[in-house]
Amino acid sequence: MNQKKLLNRLFAYTAAILCYLMPAIGYTAGGSNVPLLNAQVNLDNQAAIQHGAKYFVNYCMGCHAAEYIRYQLLENTGLTSQQIKDNLIFDNGKVSDLMKTALPQQDAVTWFSGPVPDLTLTARIRGGADWIYTYLKGFYTDPGRPLGANNTLYPNVGMPNVLWSLEGIKSPVYRYQVKHQGVLEREFTDEATAVAYVEQQGSEYKLEKVVDHLVVTQPGSLSEAEFDQVARDISAFLDYIAEPMKQERQQLGWWVLLFLSVFSTLAYFMKKAWWEDIH
Amino acid sequence: MSLINWVDRRFPATKVWNEHLAEYYAPKNFNFWYFFGSLALLVLVNQIVTGVWLAMAYKPSAAEAFASVEYIMRDMDYGWLIRYLHSTGASAFFVVVYLHMFRGLIYGSYREPRELVWIIGLVIYLIMMATAFFGYLLPWGQMSYWGAQVIVNLFAAVPFVGEDLSVWIRGDYVISDATLNRFFALHFLLPFVLAALVFIHIVALHKVGSNNPDGIEIKQNKDEQGIPKDGIRFHPYYTVKDTVGVGVFLIFFTAVVFFWPDVGGLFLEAPNFEPANPLKTPEHIAPVWYFTPFYAMLRAIPPMFGSQFPGVLVMFASILILFALPWLDRSPVKSIRYKGGIFKFAITLFAISFVILGYLGMIPSTRVILGLEASFWAQIFTGLYFLFFILMPWYSRLNQAQPVPERVTA
Repeated sequence: MNQKKLLNRLFAYTAAILCYLMPAIGYTAGGSNVPLLNAQVNLDNQAAIQHGAKYFVNYCMGCHAAEYIRYQLLENTGLTSQQIKDNLIFDNGKVSDLMKTALPQQDAVTWFSGPVPDLTLTARIRGGADWIYTYLKGFYTDPGRPLGANNTLYPNVGMPNVLWSLEGIKSPVYRYQVKHQGVLEREFTDEATAVAYVEQQGSEYKLEKVVDHLVVTQPGSLSEAEFDQVARDISAFLDYIAEPMKQERQQLGWWVLLFLSVFSTLAYFMKKAWWEDIH
Repeated sequence: MSLINWVDRRFPATKVWNEHLAEYYAPKNFNFWYFFGSLALLVLVNQIVTGVWLAMAYKPSAAEAFASVEYIMRDMDYGWLIRYLHSTGASAFFVVVYLHMFRGLIYGSYREPRELVWIIGLVIYLIMMATAFFGYLLPWGQMSYWGAQVIVNLFAAVPFVGEDLSVWIRGDYVISDATLNRFFALHFLLPFVLAALVFIHIVALHKVGSNNPDGIEIKQNKDEQGIPKDGIRFHPYYTVKDTVGVGVFLIFFTAVVFFWPDVGGLFLEAPNFEPANPLKTPEHIAPVWYFTPFYAMLRAIPPMFGSQFPGVLVMFASILILFALPWLDRSPVKSIRYKGGIFKFAITLFAISFVILGYLGMIPSTRVILGLEASFWAQIFTGLYFLFFILMPWYSRLNQAQPVPERVTA
């Protein structure tokens, strides 16, 4: 093969691969500016998913459903049908029931000023478990909110802090940002200094209060590390139910790729043999 | 052999086999770009087979559609595999068809005597876009719903009859159960129309014979038996060669299906995992990647006289102008190999514009890139897209061509 032909072929292959990957290049997901914490979810850890399921049915399912899955899905994480019945189903239901909430949507709208979202697919909507983990750790007291709680990741969320008895109560420590025409100019940790600075600079400067970090003001029943583990396990459970076939999919994928590699190699030699007399 | 004789007396089985495969002489110098025709056929078959299986469990009703897709994903045996094959197949279909069309562009496959092959191909492309659009509503997620809302509203921009037209398309004043039901009916029907058009595309192609990377007519050089000297029988030569192409394509295809089915939100958009909610508009509505070049052109044109219609016209014109291509190209040669630098420059610019428009169609039009809003860049590249066609009658003629060889080159 001469050099020009090689170059042409290289160009063609690059163009094709680029075209195939084109959709992926430069794509950015929108969203909040709060950096996500790493949930360190490992879907091979069945105990974590079981543990997360326990917290889910106890703390979340009062309001939230996961109505596209059945309780018996958890048999895939190593639980027996009897264990699921004894520990996770509270209403004499069957393991083949969908995981619906007892909360009527009508009441949800009245209490939380909107319907309570189903959580089956949250991990896929939010792009993974890290969002859920960050969200669960982002609650703080805010007397200005109807239910007394706000969230750093999801400001003014309608949900109360249901895990407060485990985590304790957290208060925000603010940071004061001075912005000039929307561009960040200076930051202060002290409110009075910030206000004085803005007054000195003039009316074009605006002061914004953002949560810098949260501090525990009243400890809960769990230590911080223990609570982190709970939040991680709930995240793992929600990540698992969003796509329970994920591991099966990947395992099968390797066999398919192996088969196709062998198939393509054989097909290549067959083509070569047939084309021997074509010049 | 008596069975085939029995059949042949009643149906031209051997004749069809010979005319289209065993004794169809294709140029022997097909390169990499010539895999995508057979691959498009493969993906069409994949879409029809997986689609029929999905339809066995899918419920085309606003109340049940979303849950029935999740039922397919979770409770149906290998339902997840069938669905991912279908959703990945939709994007793969556009990938191979765009490459197939680009092949036609660079080697002049649309030129005389293949104008009808090109035009039938464009009709296939239009029906394919309609099918994809109808299909995207079916999962009844947020992006399904709002994407359909945006596209159907384009028809509402047509002067005088627009409002009535959009109501007629939806079967309702908003996207609703009625819309979903009819979109399902059309999404099921159109692939069979596609299959019929593909048949006509191939019949037209086999009448005139395949073009090749040199853009020369192999039929002008025949041996004593009337067989083109540079032709080889499609079967077995190209059937074995395309088999290799199929294998390699499937490696890429299944790698996506099994390891990255949502492709970072491009093949399956994240907001579409949330059920359709007519009361909640998503922050950012963008069509799936294969429509975004046209969506960018739509948004590039500002409303005039309080109407979005100019943008809609430009968007449709961007596709319809492809029909004129056989008559716009006045170059003395077909293939890019023997065309001069002006054409090579023009087609490179065109390809880059198309890719950049695809990107611009995905992001909010107000996003600032290099100090200017995305909508400004979309205007520039929309202009370049159209200039490729509008100026072609001049630059293609001006274009200094190299001598075309008598016989195909290796």
